[in-house]
Amino acid sequence: MSEFFAMGGYGWYVWGSYGVTFALLALEILLVRRRAREAKA
Amino acid sequence: MRWFWYASPQTFFPLAGTIARWCGLAAAVLAAAGLYVGFLVAPTDAQQGEAYRIIFIHVPAAWMSMFLYVVMAFWAALGLALNTRLSGMMASAIAPTGALFTFIALWTGSLWGKPTWGTYWVWDARLTSELILLFLYFGFMALKAAIDDPRRADRAGAVLAIVGVVNVPIIYYSVQWWNTLHQGASVSLTKAPSMAATMLAGMLVMALAFWLYSIAVSMVRVRAIIKERESSGSDPELAR
Repeated sequence: MSEFFAMGGYGWYVWGSYGVTFALLALEILLVRRRAREAKA
Repeated sequence: MRWFWYASPQTFFPLAGTIARWCGLAAAVLAAAGLYVGFLVAPTDAQQGEAYRIIFIHVPAAWMSMFLYVVMAFWAALGLALNTRLSGMMASAIAPTGALFTFIALWTGSLWGKPTWGTYWVWDARLTSELILLFLYFGFMALKAAIDDPRRADRAGAVLAIVGVVNVPIIYYSVQWWNTLHQGASVSLTKAPSMAATMLAGMLVMALAFWLYSIAVSMVRVRAIIKERESSGSDPELAR
């Protein structure tokens, strides 16, 4: 398992990529849903 | 399909909600499948080791960054030509997601470049033109935000979006036109892909997931924009 997270020594690069990508996508979902909720009809 | 029926924001509003729900669901399932293939099925690359696994998000994000710009410019141009209200709203709804994927392409590319090239950044034609794409998205959003009248903002934004579309083929062909550090396309429409089948499968599934994600998020955002802009009347359709 720790071998998987080490990514053959490239852990920072691989998880830095995936972590930021999915964090930003999650943030966009959160923000866009809040905007839709708060928009008045 | 009654296209012009749906060109009205009020009639498009409930349809956008349905599209968002189904595309969002499909995107989540495909992203899970793509991650499974990318991390557990695809083998370690002989030259790049595990660092190559970044391409499963880098390449789809880069594709989306260019594709979304073209779609955004298409809607902007349609709004300019036909003066339809929904078109400008669609262009506005796509821009932030396009900018996000452009940033992701640059960020992941940088983290891939460090172990493989030995540098996070280099001013080569591919990287520079992709950075310009990010600034075009920012410029489009800033210009629209700076003009109070939404219809005038749509027209001004449309001109910028259409002019900026020349950058997309420059990005795509930059690796052929100039001697770039960035490699050429491993996957193209004209020749067989130069990678293992499972690697290609992981990349294509992720691309599809990002594609459906973009549709879902844009649809939720266009619903918010419709509500914001059409707020004057009390339309029961928009209350849902």
